[in-house]
Amino acid sequence: MNRSPLLTLRSMTKSFPGVLANDHVDLDIYGGEVHALLGENGAGKSTLMKILYGFYRPDSGEIRLNGQPVHIRSPHDARQFRIGMVFQDFVQIPAMTVAENITLFLPDLPFVLNQASIIKRIEEVSERYGFKVNPHAPVWRLSVGERQKVEVLKLLLADARILIFDEPTRSLAPHEVDGLFQVFANLKRDGYALAFITHKMKEVLACADRITVMRRGKVAGTIKGSEATESSLIELMFGKQIEEALGRRGETPADGRKPLLELKGVNTRSEGMAWGLKDVHLIIKPGEIVGVAGVSGNGQKELGDVVLGLEKCTKGVKYLHGEKYTDWSVAQVRESGVAFIPEDPLGMAAFPWLSVQENMAMVNTRMYSKQGGLSMDWQAVRSDLQASLERLEFNIPPFYVPLGFLSGGNIQRMILAREMAHHPKLIIAFYPTRGLDVQSANSARRILSTSRDQGAGILLISEDLGELFNLSDRLVVMFQGRIVGESTPQEISMNEVGYLMTGSKGENKKSD
Amino acid sequence: MIGPFLISIFSGAIHSGTPLLYATLSEAVGERTGIVNLGLEGVMLIGAVVGFTTTVQTGNPFLGVLAAALAGGLFNMVFGFLVITRRANQLASGLALMFCGVGLSAMIGASLIGSRIEGLNEIQIPLLSGIPVIGRMFFNYDILVYSAIPVAVLVWWLMFRTRWGLSLRAIGENPTAAFAAGKNPHRLQYQALFIAGILGGIAGAHLSLAIAKTWAEWMTAGRGFVAVALVIFSKWHPIRAIAGSLLFGGAISLQLQMQARGVPVSSFLLDMLPYVLSLVVLAIWSGARRHAAPGSLGRVFQGTE
Repeated sequence: MNRSPLLTLRSMTKSFPGVLANDHVDLDIYGGEVHALLGENGAGKSTLMKILYGFYRPDSGEIRLNGQPVHIRSPHDARQFRIGMVFQDFVQIPAMTVAENITLFLPDLPFVLNQASIIKRIEEVSERYGFKVNPHAPVWRLSVGERQKVEVLKLLLADARILIFDEPTRSLAPHEVDGLFQVFANLKRDGYALAFITHKMKEVLACADRITVMRRGKVAGTIKGSEATESSLIELMFGKQIEEALGRRGETPADGRKPLLELKGVNTRSEGMAWGLKDVHLIIKPGEIVGVAGVSGNGQKELGDVVLGLEKCTKGVKYLHGEKYTDWSVAQVRESGVAFIPEDPLGMAAFPWLSVQENMAMVNTRMYSKQGGLSMDWQAVRSDLQASLERLEFNIPPFYVPLGFLSGGNIQRMILAREMAHHPKLIIAFYPTRGLDVQSANSARRILSTSRDQGAGILLISEDLGELFNLSDRLVVMFQGRIVGESTPQEISMNEVGYLMTGSKGENKKSD
Repeated sequence: MIGPFLISIFSGAIHSGTPLLYATLSEAVGERTGIVNLGLEGVMLIGAVVGFTTTVQTGNPFLGVLAAALAGGLFNMVFGFLVITRRANQLASGLALMFCGVGLSAMIGASLIGSRIEGLNEIQIPLLSGIPVIGRMFFNYDILVYSAIPVAVLVWWLMFRTRWGLSLRAIGENPTAAFAAGKNPHRLQYQALFIAGILGGIAGAHLSLAIAKTWAEWMTAGRGFVAVALVIFSKWHPIRAIAGSLLFGGAISLQLQMQARGVPVSSFLLDMLPYVLSLVVLAIWSGARRHAAPGSLGRVFQGTE
């Protein structure tokens, strides 16, 4: 067995305006191993891997492949060296089909494409690894999970030898994660090198041969997977012990209060493969968290959009604060005290080329305007943002940099801080902890439960069943646009929710 | 009376529709790769004047078409340098290119005003052109008319059946994704603009060499802009562009025929007909949900850090 590294990174350094993302990072990757990169958000894992893939150019440092120094100046170069990457934000073209997206990525195709043979190859590989993806479907119709499979298929078909995965399990269902790890194992056996970025401890322990922990742009340590424990990894990640998440509150004092939000028989248009809402009845009272469970694409997004008013009801009535608001504009809904943390923060809640503080002011331009809108009170914007960040116990990035320069997790933090700044009465939260590391996720959860205790109503949409059970006072389960189950976390088991989510209506009910 | 009128409107539609089709294909190729070229009018004018000058000097209209195509391609490279390499604003650069084309073509063509050429003659297809009515409607045109639909099919094939076309469309949708897939967005955009320029140049050449057979300042009279609207009408698809061009060619032809026959409607109103149609098209089609505009239209790949 060859034990000299396939790939060596030495002293990689990369800075962005206001941030030193990688500070003299060394890393070895061997053939036939799964190498996990673990670290908080903004620790520099993604940046390092994007340098390796040629997406960023390093300020300094050396990359060696099989001992030979190589220059990787673009993804094209990286692919010449058979390095492939699955990005955190998928680089796919929604308007094109799965087959076209994959074809685009394949090297050395003839000028005239033989689409039939490409589709055949896609079907072969996807069958071998149990990925069921229709090659003819346009990508905008796919769920996040399916889009990820397309990304993995791309790499497999393009014959990459070093595979980089940037948080591959972020949006996969549990059995899909197991499937992915099975793929990892198969690839490993064939001598592929796999690098895998994550902040989920369990996954690292489940599948990594070696683990490199990064902290603030530096390597905090590299240990063998077989020798790692959860506490040793946490210590490397944070350099200090962190407290446990807040426990869930038992009682539900919301009973008997007047509903904050009420949906009566709401339907929406269904678009593409996503399910529109069908006859949805939902009540949220002040001081309760209503959790929405479901496999992504079963109407959760539409539910959140309908509550905020982004999506119109084709049938049904909505009440907010006891008033009928079916035809209110989004601005009216927001001004009445509704906060919205969307599914895709960068796409739906943020303006990447505006600065952090401009992003902050964006949803409240009326409130921050002075002299009848002729100027803006930036002082107030900054102090509100600062106060909100401090309440959330988040680190504070410089306010003048364009938001797009921040890491995915930091953008999520800024959106949370913005939405929570004005003590909203109703909070619509999509995956509020997605992309956050353990510590930030805990403070985000804490702020949600604190808001609840102070009387806010919260609609919490999450794929993390543990989080839903931990935080929610009531749970609803969505399947194909309908609410198929409603219960409290005490009265229903995770397994039952799982069956409801997948549409197998309680065949195994109460079996455990 | 009605029969010959309809026949002349039909053959007029095909004549006037041909430069529109070439121009629409030109704009569609550019826009599929994310670049809006409002300078198309200028490119057409350059093509028209270069084609005409070459034909006057060599007496060979085919050389004229070739020269027009090349000139159009090169003129578009100026635009490419501005919007791709210099990352200049596409709309402002396009308008500047248009006015530049108007001025430059007027200067080149100044001494040729009034000269006439034989130009591209009708090629009567043996036997077929002899059939009454049908012969006049379908088999009595110049070479650029006959080649227009095959060229549209060729552009479609390039865009939708080749690796190059796939990359091109990918760049128009999401240049970052295309870059991540190992494509070179800037090089492909230059290539697309060159081909677009060739098509634009041919569009202009058809006006001066086959339709007017003379040169007049600003003889395109806004057809370049009509083509920009036609691209939207045809949903950025070369095959649909054929139908769109025929429709607009029909509008132009109708207007000309009505003026020729002295229909008692203000000639100014008649002149407006094709452009009013453009407005109608934009009003109807632009608002449709999920119309097929390339996702990254108007933006140029900025590169990565």
